[in-house]
Amino acid sequence: MTTHRDTLLLANVSRRHVLKGLAASSALVIAARWSPLLADDEASYGAEAMPHGWVDDPNVFIRIDEDGTVTVVNHRAEMGQGIRTSLVMVAADELGADWQQVKVEQAPGDEETYGNQNTDGSRSMRHAFDPMRRAAAAARTMLEQAAAEQWQVPVDECQAGVHVVIHAASGRELGFGELAAAASQLPVPERDSLTLKPRNEWRYIGRDNVADDVPLAIDGEDIVTGRARYGADIHLDDMRYAVIARPPVYGAQLASVDDSAALEVPGVVRVVEVPGVGQPAGFAPLGGVAVIAENTWAAIQGRDALDIEWDLDAAGDNADYDSDAYREALEQAATAAGRVIRERGDIDAALDQAEQHLEATYYMPHMAQAPIEPPVALARIVDGKAEVWAPVQHPQAAREGIAEQLGIALEDVTVHATLLGGGFGRKSKPDFMLEASYLSQALDGRPVRVQWTREDDLHHAYFHAVSVDRLEAGLDTEGKALGWRHRTLSPSIASLFAPDPEHKQDFELGMGFTTVPFDIPAMRLENPDASAHVRIGWFRAVYNLPHAFAIQSFAAEMAAAAGRDHRDYLLELLGPARQIDPRDVNDSWNYGEDPARYPIDIGRLRGVIERATEAAEWQRERPAGRGLGLAVHHSFAAYAAVVFDVAVNDAGEVTIHSADIAFDCGPQINPERIRSQMEGSCIMGIGIALHSEITAREGRIEQDNFHQFRITRLSHTPHEIRVHLINDDPELALGGVGEPGLPPVAPALCNAIYAATGKRIRRLPVGDQLAG
Amino acid sequence: MVTLTINGRQHELDVPEQMPLLWALRDVVRLTGTKFGCGIAQCGACTVHLDGEAVRACVTPVSQAQDREITTIEGIADDAVGSRVQRAWLELGVAQCGYCQSGQIMGAAALLKQTASPSDEQIVEAMDGNLCRCGTYSRIRQAIHRAAEHGEESA
Repeated sequence: MTTHRDTLLLANVSRRHVLKGLAASSALVIAARWSPLLADDEASYGAEAMPHGWVDDPNVFIRIDEDGTVTVVNHRAEMGQGIRTSLVMVAADELGADWQQVKVEQAPGDEETYGNQNTDGSRSMRHAFDPMRRAAAAARTMLEQAAAEQWQVPVDECQAGVHVVIHAASGRELGFGELAAAASQLPVPERDSLTLKPRNEWRYIGRDNVADDVPLAIDGEDIVTGRARYGADIHLDDMRYAVIARPPVYGAQLASVDDSAALEVPGVVRVVEVPGVGQPAGFAPLGGVAVIAENTWAAIQGRDALDIEWDLDAAGDNADYDSDAYREALEQAATAAGRVIRERGDIDAALDQAEQHLEATYYMPHMAQAPIEPPVALARIVDGKAEVWAPVQHPQAAREGIAEQLGIALEDVTVHATLLGGGFGRKSKPDFMLEASYLSQALDGRPVRVQWTREDDLHHAYFHAVSVDRLEAGLDTEGKALGWRHRTLSPSIASLFAPDPEHKQDFELGMGFTTVPFDIPAMRLENPDASAHVRIGWFRAVYNLPHAFAIQSFAAEMAAAAGRDHRDYLLELLGPARQIDPRDVNDSWNYGEDPARYPIDIGRLRGVIERATEAAEWQRERPAGRGLGLAVHHSFAAYAAVVFDVAVNDAGEVTIHSADIAFDCGPQINPERIRSQMEGSCIMGIGIALHSEITAREGRIEQDNFHQFRITRLSHTPHEIRVHLINDDPELALGGVGEPGLPPVAPALCNAIYAATGKRIRRLPVGDQLAG
Repeated sequence: MVTLTINGRQHELDVPEQMPLLWALRDVVRLTGTKFGCGIAQCGACTVHLDGEAVRACVTPVSQAQDREITTIEGIADDAVGSRVQRAWLELGVAQCGYCQSGQIMGAAALLKQTASPSDEQIVEAMDGNLCRCGTYSRIRQAIHRAAEHGEESA
């Protein structure tokens, strides 16, 4: 899985490596690559199981110049989660480097060299922490060895301090820079021989640095001065600017175009047809008509002037897609049994003998990731080699797609990852990069930037799947749960890569549905069919969102029906602290992680509930019109509970006084960035609960811009967001951070609205449901 | 020809008068700190100052920016208030992805020029049109208060 080279000083990271004739692969091949995660392959988990695995070679990740500058190569996408800072903290600590002499360099897309780079699934630190520590420890060992040789003393008398190696017995020391050249001639030590630093010697890992004088945020200065470089900030001489008119319905194709008016627009230089692949689209362009101009504004105006006829027949029944009608159809389908995913006891008997029978159907609509930076990519082709600059979460998929599209070898495609102006799953699909490389080829290799407008982004997202979740429960005379039946219906992301399977895949169901942690004597989980009519794709936390919304809302409904305190009832549903092997509840996925290292830990779920409710003063009485709401969820190998304190006035306006978020991801590498991810999840989740919805009529998306696709604003920000990080226990396996804070937010808010008003929200977003 | 004064420097631009200032800044002058997010004044990522007031560059034709002092994120450090805002932003670790933050900082600086020590309500009134998908609002609010405090210290 790893490659070893024998020198420490690195050449420029953009140097090419000879690749082993890896064939260019299509999106379908990329999809097929999920299969090791989905299959019952117990031998390989975690980073090991990802395409191209991990690399811990110090030559790949760490360079030390003779002036002492340490350069750490970050191979993951930076989209606000802070990985460029956090990975450098890891390397600097293990190496013994001084923060002031460390810098970060962004790796190009090259998984053969760097290991897996698909920045998705809250995996970066979970999978890169150990390899990066080993790489830095190996580099430190080589520096110590070089010092020992220079001083002619045993190596075990030489120890790295802060940016120096010290020989304590003689009081001598040499700086890292002075040792770099000699160290570079040494062999990389065997992995098994490395000694990692004890936790008490860490200077940066675990530092909660918001209050410190020198924040560690590595791109902070560049961001506040406007120097940070995002996708649209790269300039090449002679570059052209393009915007594309894409088919309004998924699968539609261009019938005809009259571009005469567009070509009259000053600055417009050319109009180019872009072929589409139809369905399934995978990561390929949707096709359409590109307007090429001397600046972005001319291109936008030119596109407005196009007169296009679309062939809607090619879209099949997608042209009739109506999201309201579809919701009704799914709600109807949810009344009948579906594929059984998990079963325990006799659900029919349990529901029959119950004193109370509860039933509720929940709905979460389509949403768009809508990063404030819309998709954008710049491509050029020189001497048959393509070079692309873009904000991309999955650079290897971009390379593979472009290589196939242009019919060139993978090693002839270079992908430079810029900073991402937000990702949230949108930029793990490189369709916009393939558009740019296609247009550059059409312009004989000239650099072309494809700029998506906000309208493009909302109309042609890879949408969060709609979801209908129907729940039933039977309670005994004491209100105790006897039976639980859950049917979940959503189109599958697999529909993007292959003929629509019309049901959710194991990894989709494993996001909080199959893994529902309740201890109820009779349970039956079913997955009736649902088909896709737009491009469906990953959205931060993915199917955990509807599953957590439905399950955590319904648990609160059960508590209310039982006349019990919601917190106490939720703890009772979870049962005593214990560890559940995901395989024992029919989940073969477990986020790709080893079920032995990453069980479902009921004690940790209880722990976050207890911490969040304690912080929110759960027992304290609230005045009329005000209420507390709680939800908890396990996802991406982490545990999160949220308590909201809200007020709702007579006009139905929601004021959010506070949010208490308890989060347990095990060891906390960069607590300050964990806090910021929790704050951000809280804000995004409030929008999901209150405002965000994408709808379709006749296959066309109805929302054009942020006035219609509403996301959270400052005015709906809680007066206080308090984040409580718990269980920073080195014995625990690292959990995810970027996504697991999001799923409990919307149900916690809706539970708080219920507590304040008695009004139960089952259909998101809340919108005007509280008015009047 | 359009003449623009940007961050104290004059630029002669051969662009149509109705070209939005955003695209003139980004594509022609190549000051890329001002960001595109929506194109219709719905997100605030393109916020710049015209004579010290916050405007959305995506809907401001260059003709309206002539004969006025244009300040962008690249020039805001030269302004005492702007520089305090930047400092507060760093102290509180406001930015996540950072893409909207140029506009947030320009909005905050314009607010603090008008109102040295704004209340939470005044902050919402001034900043509710600046969207952040990462969700940094609570730190933005704190950082504006922090910058106001820095202003009082230096007064």
